Amino acid sequence: MLETVLDIFDNFWVALGAKLLLVALLIPLIGMVIGFAEIKLSAKMQARMGPYFAGGRWGWAQLIADGIKFFQKEDIIPDNADRPVFKTAPMLVLVGTVALFVVIPFGPGLIFRDLSVGIFYALAISSLSTIGVLMAGWSSANKYSLIGGLRAAGQLIAYELPLVLAAVGSVIMAGTMSMSGIVEAQITAGYPYVIFQFVGFGIFMVAALAELTRIPFDMPIAESELVMGYLTEYSGFRFLFFFLAEFANMFTMSAIAATLFLGGYWLPGIPTETLEFVGPVILLAKVFLLAFAMIWFRWTFPRFREDQLQTLAWKWLIPLALANIGATAFFKVVL
Amino acid sequence: MSTYFESYLTVGAFAALGVVLVLVMLGVASVLRPNKPNPGKQLTYECGVDPVGAGWSQTYVRYYVYGLLFLIFDVEAVFIFPWAINVERLGVFGLVEMLVFIAILVLGLVYAIRKKVLRWE
Repeated sequence: MLETVLDIFDNFWVALGAKLLLVALLIPLIGMVIGFAEIKLSAKMQARMGPYFAGGRWGWAQLIADGIKFFQKEDIIPDNADRPVFKTAPMLVLVGTVALFVVIPFGPGLIFRDLSVGIFYALAISSLSTIGVLMAGWSSANKYSLIGGLRAAGQLIAYELPLVLAAVGSVIMAGTMSMSGIVEAQITAGYPYVIFQFVGFGIFMVAALAELTRIPFDMPIAESELVMGYLTEYSGFRFLFFFLAEFANMFTMSAIAATLFLGGYWLPGIPTETLEFVGPVILLAKVFLLAFAMIWFRWTFPRFREDQLQTLAWKWLIPLALANIGATAFFKVVL
Repeated sequence: MSTYFESYLTVGAFAALGVVLVLVMLGVASVLRPNKPNPGKQLTYECGVDPVGAGWSQTYVRYYVYGLLFLIFDVEAVFIFPWAINVERLGVFGLVEMLVFIAILVLGLVYAIRKKVLRWE
């Protein structure tokens, strides 16, 4: 019986439909889980009231209340705004987010589609949101939005490079760009790549934090100087989509970092036959550990200044990433 | 249908889902949310006072230099990836070639830093 049910998924179109349905449910779920983690941890670190007492216990009602609030907010588009561009911007940001899920390996064979250029594709599609952010900043016809959008563009392209170049180290070691191929190479090698790629891992995490425009790299939406940057004119659900994309991107960026450097769905010592079942759990554990660190950083570090941000990327991270590539290739060829 | 085509059809479908997700959720919300426009509400936000001048005012976009630098290094990244997969096969020759290539581009970065285009004054 089960066999015949599963046979239906051999059809490409049925499988595609199921995958789309799955990811459409997965993204709001991830947004809620990480959003809840964020408000709970923020409350813990800053003694905020709501997330402790909303709903009576554990603050479970806080996120639901937030969701209902967004549902009933009026959708305001300023008269001066460039309406078509204003409306397209959140879509473009979410397109990049959803498309990133295609190549994340949750377990052996548990991947939406194993593209042969996996990691290259992931890094390319993640920069799509840059265009969305710039569109949001420009179309709002607001000075804060424009400055925020330009800052975001400058920041995202500066940290795109360390992100891409840090990933090259793992690609050299694995000899493949396929995401599940990189995990399999780590299983064959018997150690996660972070042991030799700790420089690459560090650069990747710093750059990922900057790509997500999270504190300490949140100059594009610095509320003390730019109100809310490129998000200033957005309200209600359109506003929510940028946050959904941010939380989902925290997940995907952490998943990519875990896959490239921490062994993905595999842990040393776990027998490979059981990976189909424990694999997703291991990956999720690693992802949430990294996401926890990102939230933790948010309440630990003060915001950078704009020129410090650019200096860090161009004078430190990019040369360091290039040196890392050279050293990795040297050891791969010579040893 | 070839696997290649199926792969990128999946990518296309996922990308389309991003658009559909926004449209569906906005559609659902449009049933629930109020809609009472008035001129004050539709005004551009500028800390509570009426906006001064146009939103698209002229600014000095400092980031164009970074844009130029980015173009150079991003193309470099595109060249590095195919080499990265074949490092072992290409051996010492490939390694030296790539190091020369990277060195030339780093020279460009050093030049930009020496010219102080990355400094803010």
